[in-house]
Amino acid sequence: MRVLRRIGGRLLASLPALLGVVVFTFLLMRVLPGDPAVFFSSGPNAGQAEIDAVRKDLGLDRPIPEQLLRYLYDVGTGNLGRSLTTGQTVVHDLGERLPASLELTLCALVLALGLALPLGILAAVRPGSAIDHAVRMVCTLGVCVPTFVSGLLLVYVFYVQFGIAPDPTGRLDIFAASPPDITGFLLIDFALVGDWEGWQAAAAQLVLPALTMALFVLAPLARMTRASMLSVLGSDFIRTARSIGLSRWRVVAVYGLRNAILPVLTIIGIVFSTMLGANVLVEKVFSWPGIGSYALDALLASDYAPVQGFVLLMAAVFVMVNLLIDVLYGIADPRVSVA
Amino acid sequence: MIATLRHAGWVLRGNPVTAVATLGAVLLLMLAAFAPWLMPYDPIESDVASALQPPSAAHWAGTDQLGRDILSRLMAATRLDLAIAASAVGVSFVLGAVIGSFCGYRGGRLDRVVGRVVDVLMAFPLFVLAMALVAALGNRVENIIIATAVINLPFYIRFARAEVNVRRDAGWVEAARAGGEGHLSVVLRFLLPNILPAMAVQISLNLGWAILNAAGLSFLGLGVTAPTPEWGIMVAEGARFISAGQWWLVAFPGLALMLAVLCFNLLGDGLRDILDPRMRT
Repeated sequence: MRVLRRIGGRLLASLPALLGVVVFTFLLMRVLPGDPAVFFSSGPNAGQAEIDAVRKDLGLDRPIPEQLLRYLYDVGTGNLGRSLTTGQTVVHDLGERLPASLELTLCALVLALGLALPLGILAAVRPGSAIDHAVRMVCTLGVCVPTFVSGLLLVYVFYVQFGIAPDPTGRLDIFAASPPDITGFLLIDFALVGDWEGWQAAAAQLVLPALTMALFVLAPLARMTRASMLSVLGSDFIRTARSIGLSRWRVVAVYGLRNAILPVLTIIGIVFSTMLGANVLVEKVFSWPGIGSYALDALLASDYAPVQGFVLLMAAVFVMVNLLIDVLYGIADPRVSVA
Repeated sequence: MIATLRHAGWVLRGNPVTAVATLGAVLLLMLAAFAPWLMPYDPIESDVASALQPPSAAHWAGTDQLGRDILSRLMAATRLDLAIAASAVGVSFVLGAVIGSFCGYRGGRLDRVVGRVVDVLMAFPLFVLAMALVAALGNRVENIIIATAVINLPFYIRFARAEVNVRRDAGWVEAARAGGEGHLSVVLRFLLPNILPAMAVQISLNLGWAILNAAGLSFLGLGVTAPTPEWGIMVAEGARFISAGQWWLVAFPGLALMLAVLCFNLLGDGLRDILDPRMRT
């Protein structure tokens, strides 16, 4: 009960921020230059009458405050408008593409954690050793390589040179049969219908983009793991655990990690938000049909509604992730949720 | 001053990594300044006869799809990229330092509101915000600067706010006020200079991030347009040729980006060692 109330409270507290995002994106897209009415009329030499008709059709002839109120009402009723380039509703488009982005981001996060936690722990267990220096070097270099460069270099090495990665375009080979659309997550859908060959193909397509993104966020995660593990390993209860003769593994992995994981959890929220942004770049490099590339195309075509929907969705996903981390925090450290 | 320099010298001797980073940053700046005279070829003019040549003695970094010398383009791009990053960081530093120090000095409701807005902004995927800004403002280089400045701003506001907040009740601030200085003067003439060294570290660390952001935006086709030499757009143009095995179109601009960011990041870490006594080793 207490947990539920806590979650509800957090959701309510995030409403003003979400509202702020909606208003901000609205103003950004409306007040600043670029006239979609001109863009979407038949051609560059469309008559003024036609432009006016398109403008009226889009509701752009009304005063800005009225447009804002209408927009807020539409968002509140789940109507994010229609994309003028794809002709579909924005909700439909985003819903269709969101699983691709989430699958990529979540796999990247799991991959990054799978690399960063052991590296950070190893570095913290032996500070000043060769492995500590190696981890530090990887971290320093990792934040310097932009995702679009590391992605392309990975493509060069694993696709062009060694030929072990599949053609780096899209989620599936164009000739491969796609699974029935159950969740939209290809790995889950293939597993549900038991098509392990397809699962392998989808996973193979996923490896390079996920690795690209994982390398990008490896540094903050490993750095935080090392720092928090170092401070925990220096504390009294670890000394006690060691002195009563617990095995080294038990001291580090059970007593140490449980306490060191809290700051890492906090930083995962920030890392996830960075990944949402980096998604756009990675999706462009690998022609990944996610929401990032969708928003980018709309942005370049000055198609407002999808961009607003995308930014709003980003904010909503972000709020949900922070909420989840809050709950996980409470599970990892019972003292937090009681307070 | 002399003591600081001597300390800097001592730190650099004991910390070769920072020394190398400093040297690298100086080299980059010189390259940016003297690029027009150092470039072996014209960075814009195409020479289709020698298109897509791998690195050789004539073209150290190879040529691109229009036969332009990649090394020359990289040199010209250094200038643009550093200028974008430096102006963006400059704008956000000035605005952020002023807003942040006033908030930290005044406190109260305004401070809480600004703090809240900054928290929300920092939590948001900032690169997405920058994309939207450039698209909305128009596809021009100035707008990359504005967008990068806006997404850097929250960090400076928060930093300046925190630094001023811990100093505002210090004895010397009280003395300045007792001596008849107005609030404005206390903030601008006493508090701001006092937090500058700490902010210098922030600036250096931020420059690298600004370079990455600006290059990312132009990689997506926002801001910088085609013939202009810029690291991000060079990678974007080269991306089409990577599947054909022409790696040098992507690898060299990527390497330039990486080295520039690495230099400024290491320099920032080094500056922290020099300026922040708490972190001195």
